[in-house]
Amino acid sequence: MSNKILAFVESKDGKFKNSAFEVVSEAKKLAGELGCEFDVLTIGSGVDSEAENLGAYGASKVLVVDLNELNGKSKFAGTQYSHPAFAKVIAETAVKQGANIILISGTGLGKEIAPRVAIKTDSAFCQDCVALHAEGGNIIATKPVYAGKSLINLKFNGDKVLITLRPNVFKPVKSGDAKASVEKLDTGSLNLTDKDFSSAVKEVVVSSEKLDVAEADIIVSGGRGLRGPENFNLVENLAGVLGAATGASRAVVDAGWRPHGEQVGQTGKTVSPSLYIAIGISGAIQHLAGMSSSKCIVAINKDKDAPIFQIADYGMVGDAFEIVPAFTDELKKVLGS
Amino acid sequence: MKIIVGVSLVPDSTTKVKIGADNKSIDENGVSYILNPYDEFAVEEALQLKEKNGGEVIAVSYGTDKAKEAIKKAFQMGAEKGVLIKAPSAEFDTYTAAKNLADYIKGQNPDLILFGKTSIDFDGLSVPAMVAEMIDYPCINVVVKLDINGNEITAEREIEGGKEIVVSNLPAVIGTQKGINNPRYPNLKSIMASKSKPIEEAAPTYNGNKYDVVEMKLPAAKAAGKIFSNGAADAAEVVRLLREEAKVI
Ligand SMILES: Cc1cc2nc3c(=O)[nH]c(=O)nc-3n(C[C@H](O)[C@H](O)[C@H](O)COP(=O)(O)OP(=O)(O)OC[C@H]3O[C@@H](n4cnc5c(N)ncnc54)[C@H](O)[C@@H]3O)c2cc1C
Ligand SMILES: Nc1ncnc2c1ncn2[C@@H]1O[C@H](COP(=O)(O)O)[C@@H](O)[C@H]1O
Repeated sequence: MSNKILAFVESKDGKFKNSAFEVVSEAKKLAGELGCEFDVLTIGSGVDSEAENLGAYGASKVLVVDLNELNGKSKFAGTQYSHPAFAKVIAETAVKQGANIILISGTGLGKEIAPRVAIKTDSAFCQDCVALHAEGGNIIATKPVYAGKSLINLKFNGDKVLITLRPNVFKPVKSGDAKASVEKLDTGSLNLTDKDFSSAVKEVVVSSEKLDVAEADIIVSGGRGLRGPENFNLVENLAGVLGAATGASRAVVDAGWRPHGEQVGQTGKTVSPSLYIAIGISGAIQHLAGMSSSKCIVAINKDKDAPIFQIADYGMVGDAFEIVPAFTDELKKVLGS
Repeated sequence: MKIIVGVSLVPDSTTKVKIGADNKSIDENGVSYILNPYDEFAVEEALQLKEKNGGEVIAVSYGTDKAKEAIKKAFQMGAEKGVLIKAPSAEFDTYTAAKNLADYIKGQNPDLILFGKTSIDFDGLSVPAMVAEMIDYPCINVVVKLDINGNEITAEREIEGGKEIVVSNLPAVIGTQKGINNPRYPNLKSIMASKSKPIEEAAPTYNGNKYDVVEMKLPAAKAAGKIFSNGAADAAEVVRLLREEAKVI
């Protein structure tokens, strides 16, 4: 059979998330390798003009479902959006467009809805893919397992496939300044029933105004080597100069020095920023599991045998209380802030 | 309240992964196995709800005989019933696990199904929502706070940059994330009591994978980094390298 790809991308308040450009670019690349077409789907409001601009990433058609219209069908008052309803919209649209390959960004939202879409469309499913290519007409997806300690390549049985793409891994590629055509999808045509609104998000609470580690391009993390919560101003000052997010090891989160949302690692967040600076962190295997795919790693630790140095691109052996202020000052000089 | 908890057995998180002879799975020599850490949160949440509202907690695993260890750990924590759905081999994918669990759960009509958010072996992050879809239940995963009032659910789930407040109704599937509770350590009494609890066995209903692993490999080794030992005196040089060599600032 001939293939067709549907790429689901997220928009919020009329704007696309970064992950949207990554997914569209990857859909374009895969479509090229398979010699097939792809459509883009988004659910949002006031997103039409931005949707046109996805043409720059190679999209020719963007299907838009109006979020307010969709929410109007929810049985819960005050629905901002509903995961199962999103899943239904994606599954129905894939069937309507004759798409057998679905790509979804592996964000908190994407990972929640994708397993449902996989069952609804009877697709083979890979969550959290980090590399994708076609080989003799078959899709091969690479996925980290055992907390990133190894990778597996998967081949799918059957021609229906659904894959979520880990954010921040695939590169957005602008291919020109073409405009995509935008087509509104009528929610009336999507067979939605009460059952599709079995849960609803009533509120999204932003944990703080601070940048989250999961979204940051630069992260400065502190560990037990900083001796106490009062010394995290070292981490915060450095992060401030770099416009970075602050992260933490589990040891300091468990000790109550830092909030859980900052924890990087196996039981915290998985991150792959372009620069990760680890201060007073030993580099236990569970910490590495969350950050070893960072593009550049700087470690500051007084123990030259600390495991963190084995994966560091640049390591500074010595006392963080001396090094970090000097490092911050040097950065201020070159960054001019 | 009838609560079913899905439990899986996984390699200890400190395991050093070596690739097995088949190039598709890990070398199991010397690997020790534990109850998936996220499932401990699920078992704990189930026990707390039972202690509050009455009812029973049933631990269910799809796997080979080895998976009984996961059920035993749930027994030690305080689950009263355990069921092993017997997998014909250890090579099954998330879909197959979800399908067998769903088929078993369907006949049970539980009020609540608790899972961990993900199993730390394959990091599937799929079974809870897949099972929910198969049995037509609502599902909220990555939950850090759960309130149940009558049949109304309010849950907080963790997302990048914050939390979603999600509402739903029982019966439902919930996936637990670290932060929701502090799993109890089994005490001597509960460990002794767990020894006489039988594990029921159920026949599998589905066998057949939706994908095949064609290769397992280790992440590309990093080139050795540059290590500096003059403390603060090296700061300027490292900043220069970050700018000119690594080009990340
Ligand atoms: C199931 C499980 C899951 C886990 N999940 C996670 C996770 O998600 N994330 C995580 O981080 N951990 C996790 N851990 C914990 C992990 O094993 C480590 O215990 C933890 O990462 C250690 O944190 P740390 O590096 O801050 O502390 P330590 O290991 O105590 O290291 C402190 C470091 O600071 C250095 N130091 C001390 N003083 C100074 C100084 N003045 N200047 C510079 N350096 C100094 C020391 O040399 C040492 O290397 C998990 C563990 C388990 C069992
Ligand atoms: N084989 C299994 N048997 C029982 N429960 C499972 C099994 N596999 C996964 N689960 C449950 O589903 C959760 C998520 O697993 P996964 O989707 O595989 O990452 C786990 O934390 C378990 O609670």
